[in-house]
Amino acid sequence: MTAQDLIRPGAVIEMAHGGGGRATARLIRQIFARHFANPLLDQGHDAAVLPRPVGRIVMTTDAHVVSPLTFPGGDIGSLSVHGTLNDVACGGAWPIALSAAFIIEEGFPLADLDRIAASMGAAARSAGVPIATGDTKVVERGHGDGVYITTTGIGVVPDGVEISPQRIRSGQAVLLSGTVGDHGIAILSRRQGLEFGTGIQSDSAALHRMVADMVAAVPGIAVLRDPTRGGLSATLNELAEASGHTITLNEAAIPIRPEVAGACEMLGLDPLHIANEGKMICICAEEDAEPLLTIMRAHPQGGDAARIGTVGDAAAPGTPGLLRMTTLIGGMRIVDWLAGEQLPRIC
Amino acid sequence: MKYVSEFRDPVLARNLARQIAAEADPARQYAFMEFCGGHTHAIFRYGVHDLMPKNLRFVHGPGCPVCVLPVRRLDDAIEVAEKHGAILCAYGDMMRVPGTGRRSLLSARAAGADIRMVYSPLDALALARENPQAQVVFLGIGFETTAPATAMAILQAQAEGLANFSVLCNHVLTPPAIRHVLEAPGIDPEQAVRLDGFLGPSHVSTVIGAHAYAPLVARYGKPVVIAGFEPLDVMQAVLMLIRQVNDGRAQVENQYTRVVTDTGNQKAQGVMAQVFTLRPAFEWRGLGSVPDSAFAIAPEYAAFDAEQRFPISDKASRETKSCECPAILRGVKEPKDCKLFGRACTPETPMGACMVSSEGACAAWYTYRRAEAMGTPAPALEPAQ
Amino acid sequence: MCLAIPARITALHDGAMATVNAGGVTRDVSVALLEAVAVGDYVLLHVGYALHLISEEEARETLRMMAQTGLLQDELAEMAGTSGGQGA
Repeated sequence: MTAQDLIRPGAVIEMAHGGGGRATARLIRQIFARHFANPLLDQGHDAAVLPRPVGRIVMTTDAHVVSPLTFPGGDIGSLSVHGTLNDVACGGAWPIALSAAFIIEEGFPLADLDRIAASMGAAARSAGVPIATGDTKVVERGHGDGVYITTTGIGVVPDGVEISPQRIRSGQAVLLSGTVGDHGIAILSRRQGLEFGTGIQSDSAALHRMVADMVAAVPGIAVLRDPTRGGLSATLNELAEASGHTITLNEAAIPIRPEVAGACEMLGLDPLHIANEGKMICICAEEDAEPLLTIMRAHPQGGDAARIGTVGDAAAPGTPGLLRMTTLIGGMRIVDWLAGEQLPRIC
Repeated sequence: MKYVSEFRDPVLARNLARQIAAEADPARQYAFMEFCGGHTHAIFRYGVHDLMPKNLRFVHGPGCPVCVLPVRRLDDAIEVAEKHGAILCAYGDMMRVPGTGRRSLLSARAAGADIRMVYSPLDALALARENPQAQVVFLGIGFETTAPATAMAILQAQAEGLANFSVLCNHVLTPPAIRHVLEAPGIDPEQAVRLDGFLGPSHVSTVIGAHAYAPLVARYGKPVVIAGFEPLDVMQAVLMLIRQVNDGRAQVENQYTRVVTDTGNQKAQGVMAQVFTLRPAFEWRGLGSVPDSAFAIAPEYAAFDAEQRFPISDKASRETKSCECPAILRGVKEPKDCKLFGRACTPETPMGACMVSSEGACAAWYTYRRAEAMGTPAPALEPAQ
Repeated sequence: MCLAIPARITALHDGAMATVNAGGVTRDVSVALLEAVAVGDYVLLHVGYALHLISEEEARETLRMMAQTGLLQDELAEMAGTSGGQGA
């Protein structure tokens, strides 16, 4: 039976596709196995057997829900690969394998699933990381939002690399690999009721190659973190709190695309609260800042890398570290967590 | 962005700060009320405080329509969606605001009510066209800036014969609220705030024009300088206010000449006069009842008035008792004077008017300068690398 | 209150509608509240309506006044002969 047999025009996911019977096997063979093909997956076992790694193992998991499923610059498939690879990279690690679990809603078009799986397979191949194992479940119509994808990643971290907010110290530099807010604004531009025209693409991208070069050059990097949901402010607030240090940003140094700034002005949003899917924050010793920026800028994902701030004093005992910013005009303010869901405002 | 980034220039800001410092009389205290929440937000977001002399204080006014909307009116909106099954359309600003029993539009939506966030009344009209079998209600909030768009939507609905569209009208007016702050009815004069002048609203003024403030200035003798919302606009307007105070003048001056004229947008004024009528009094959250301070939909357009269309019940809506918002909205107290601030009352769990919108004085203090407001020693100002 | 942003009119349509560009973002808005408007005009945009035309001349004048404020005498001398706008 060929792929075209399954993905005929108008064909949709039925409950039987998740029943574990012949329909499930056919779905896996014709969509997932076809797009993900690699030696580990092709073993065809319930559990993939991986070669013994050299170094300590990092493991991370991420559930991906996104609306719309396809957006400028990517879709839920590529996003679910990049998101987990980047989480592995945040441990200073090199990713060696991914797993993928799909929860698909009854009635979801098979052609759309095929397209998402193709994009996911392409993202994994381009990253050089196999999807070693997976699972599929189907939920009744109305019990899901099209498709949810959970990916788990395993990676190996070289000896001597100890990424931890506990290693944040006064005087360290805060680096960012590129422009803020691209992903969140790309998604928002396609949300029902808010549509606006823009050339903004999601920044969804795998960062592990850039990170590997950074870690190889400077094994003593204190922190790597990808500022996804809640944007730069959420991630840096977490780090300030966890480390008990004040972090001071310089607003003028934070890279932002003019269209993202324009969309934020229009919708009354703070770009520091907007999600990114292909950016890395790095906190490192002052003397390592310039060499690391040079390495970041040599990668396509780090072309706009910039130093955006400095770690300040330790907060008074019993008080959390604070994230603040020198504003464009030279004032000072706190950069707060996003309160609740990010909502466009008119006043 | 043209007309935006030029007005955030750090070199010009430094020069303006230097001039303000040079002209501010060290023997005086300056207290200027920025009426508008948009100014409050700009002042905090850009840290304008840090570029001002120590003897100059910003007093945050009640010009935030989300903040001053009484809980009762929000409860009405939730009732229209829940009990009468209407599609309720609201601006994103309103979605999180807690009503009685901490129920918000978001929580009503989670419980099954059909509540849509819209960016424009045009989006609500589109929903009415697409759902002819449903009642579509637009929750109209805002000052004179926003009211013309609501009026236009009603005229458009009438022209198209969209019988399933109506508006829950909560539009409020700026000059009566400024008058109310200055008269402070029922407030002991000793307790009333001392103000030396006003930063006049930016976008309200594009509609009503600079002349609209002349009677207030003539009557109360306080200078008004209409200011744009960018940080340099605010700073230049502060300088103009300082000059008026130092000279002993009280005039309406216009810093925001690129969009504000003396007479404003007369076409917008015309559609408001056509579609709306003045309510004899309107309840402002925090301020109480303010005479002649809000629009209702005029009788000729009653068909589009949700208050007429739906039997909205009397209900016991409750404000939080120990909240200091009334005094904060008048500029008499600061957020740090409220014992709820930053503890029981935060932007995630707002108890009072000034915390519910990012433009409210409490939310601005909490979000941008809470270290000072909460009494934690702020880390020393050192420039970032 | 009242978030409003500057946008440039890029096309006019029937029914008093127009396409605007605000910092690279495009959107269709109503120009029904304006007396007259032309492609290329900058307008102030609020809740999907153009509220007022923006005066290029007045904006330039405001920036010129700002640029002359707070300058020391030698800076003023240095600026003599050059134009005032320093905006980004």
